[in-house]
Amino acid sequence: MLELRGVTAGYGRTKVLHDVSIQVDDGGAVAAMGHNGAGKTTLLRVAVGLLPVMRGQVLLDGEDVTRLRPSARVRRGLGYVPQGQLSFPQMTTLENLHLVTTDRAAIDEVLDTFPALRGLLSRRAGLLSGGQRQQLSIARTLLTRPRMLILDEPTEGIQPNVVAEIEAVITELTRRGDLSVLLVEQHVGFALRATQSYYVIESGRITSHGVGGPGAVDDVRAAMAV
Amino acid sequence: MDAFTTPLLAGTATGALLLIAALGLTLTFGQMGVINMAHGEFLMIGAYTAFVTQQVVTNADVSILLALPLAFVVAGMFGLLLEVAVISWMYRRPLDTLLVTVGVSLVLQQLAKDIFGAQGDPVVGPSWLAGNIGVFGYNWPYRQMFTIVLALAALGGLAALLKYTPFGRQIRATVQNRDLAETMGVSTRVVDRITFFVGSGLAGVGGVAVSLIGGTNPNLGRGYIISAFLVVVAGGLGQLKGTVIAAFAVGIATAYFADWTSASMAQVATFALVVLFLQLRPQGLFTIRTRGLV
Repeated sequence: MLELRGVTAGYGRTKVLHDVSIQVDDGGAVAAMGHNGAGKTTLLRVAVGLLPVMRGQVLLDGEDVTRLRPSARVRRGLGYVPQGQLSFPQMTTLENLHLVTTDRAAIDEVLDTFPALRGLLSRRAGLLSGGQRQQLSIARTLLTRPRMLILDEPTEGIQPNVVAEIEAVITELTRRGDLSVLLVEQHVGFALRATQSYYVIESGRITSHGVGGPGAVDDVRAAMAV
Repeated sequence: MDAFTTPLLAGTATGALLLIAALGLTLTFGQMGVINMAHGEFLMIGAYTAFVTQQVVTNADVSILLALPLAFVVAGMFGLLLEVAVISWMYRRPLDTLLVTVGVSLVLQQLAKDIFGAQGDPVVGPSWLAGNIGVFGYNWPYRQMFTIVLALAALGGLAALLKYTPFGRQIRATVQNRDLAETMGVSTRVVDRITFFVGSGLAGVGGVAVSLIGGTNPNLGRGYIISAFLVVVAGGLGQLKGTVIAAFAVGIATAYFADWTSASMAQVATFALVVLFLQLRPQGLFTIRTRGLV
C-alpha cells in the first residue's frame, strides 16, 4: 500500500503540491488526473523519492520511506515508469533490461508481454521509436518486480496503434490483483477504465476523489473543468 | 627516416601515458561531469607507491609488478576519500568542485613534499625493461613499449568492465540518466564512489609508468592534468574511443612539434591545435547518436 500523507512539495521556494493526501490500497488501481501543470508529475516524483517533501510523509506498506532514496524504495517494491519514454540511450534494449536483471526467465516473461521488443534487443535504445521506448520502459520497470507500480502518462506522445497495446498491458496489470497501480493519465476514458478510483488534482490540491469506472467520466471532466 | 619514426614512436609512448591519465578523467569528468583538478596528483601517488614498494621489495624486477596493483588500490583509495569527503557534497556545482579540487591538489603536493622531500626520488626500472629495440633506425626503449602495453591493458580492462559487467552497466546507466538509474534500483551513490575509485586507480597505474621514466616528484601531476583534460574534451565527453584517438594524436603531435621546435613550444602548438579543433568541432571527435530527446 502507498500513502502520501499531507504532502507539501515543490522546486526551490515554489510550492507545487499543497497538503496532498492520497492512498493506493493493496491490489488497488488509482488514477490521478488533472491539467498540465496541476502537479501530477510532482506528486509521483515525491512518491518515488526523486523530489524531497517540504512537509508530510510517504508510506509504503506502512513504513515511512520519506527519507529513503529512490533505489531503496525500488528495493521495497516500488516501480516507476517516468513520463517521456525515458531509456538509457547508449545502451542496447537488452542492456537496458540487463541493468535490472540478467535472469533469462524474467526477461522472457516481459518480452512475452511486449513481443515487439524481441527483434530489437541488440538495437541501441536511443534509436528506438517513442512507442518502442515506452514498451522498453514499462518492461524494464516490471523486471524490478514491483508490488506498487507508478506510471506517469504512459500513452503520451505515442502513435495510436502502440497506445492500444500499452493500454491493454496496463489494464491487464491493474486487474492482476497482486499489483497496486497509481496511474497519471491525460486520457480520462482510459484512466477510468483501467482503475477503480480516481483523484483530480488542480493547482497542487486534490479537488475531487471518487470511485472510477466508465460512469465516472462525466464527473471527472466536470471536476477538471472547474 | 629518423625524423619521421623517432617522434612517432616516442610520441606514441607519450600518448599512452596521456591515455592512462585520461581514462580516469573520461569516467569522472567525461561521464560524471566532475572537474577534478587533483586527478594529476593520483598519478603522483601512483609514482610514490612504486617508490615505496621498491624500498620494501628491493628486487626491481618484482617490485614494479607489485607496484601496479598497489598503485591502483592506493590512488583509488585517495580518490574514494576525495569523493566521499569533498566531491559528493558538490555534484551539479562544477565550478565549486574545480576550485576545491585545485586546493586538494595543492594539499596533496605539499603532503608529498613533507613526507618524501621536494627533490623527488628515482625508481629503478626492472632488468626486463632495460635496453631497446631498433625500429627504422630508432632505438625504441622497452620502457616506452611497456607504457603502451600498460595503457592498452588499462583500456581493455576498463572497456570490458563497462561493457560486460553488471557494475559497468550501472556506471553507464548512471552517467546517461542518474534519476532513471535510481528508479531502476541502482544506488547511484555507491556507483559514484566506485567509479571514482576506478578512475583514480587507473591514474595511479599511470603513475607507476611515469615513475619508470622520470622517477617521482611532488609536482609530477601538473605536467599531465591539462593535457589529460584536453584529451577527454577533444575525444568527446565520455567517449572511450575518442579518448584513445585524442590521446595518441596529442602525444604524437607534441613529439613532432618538439622535434621541429622545442619542448615548451611543442606544448603551446599542441594546445593551439586542440583549441582550433574544438572551435571547428566543439563536441569533440565522437558524440552520442540518438533518435530524439531520450
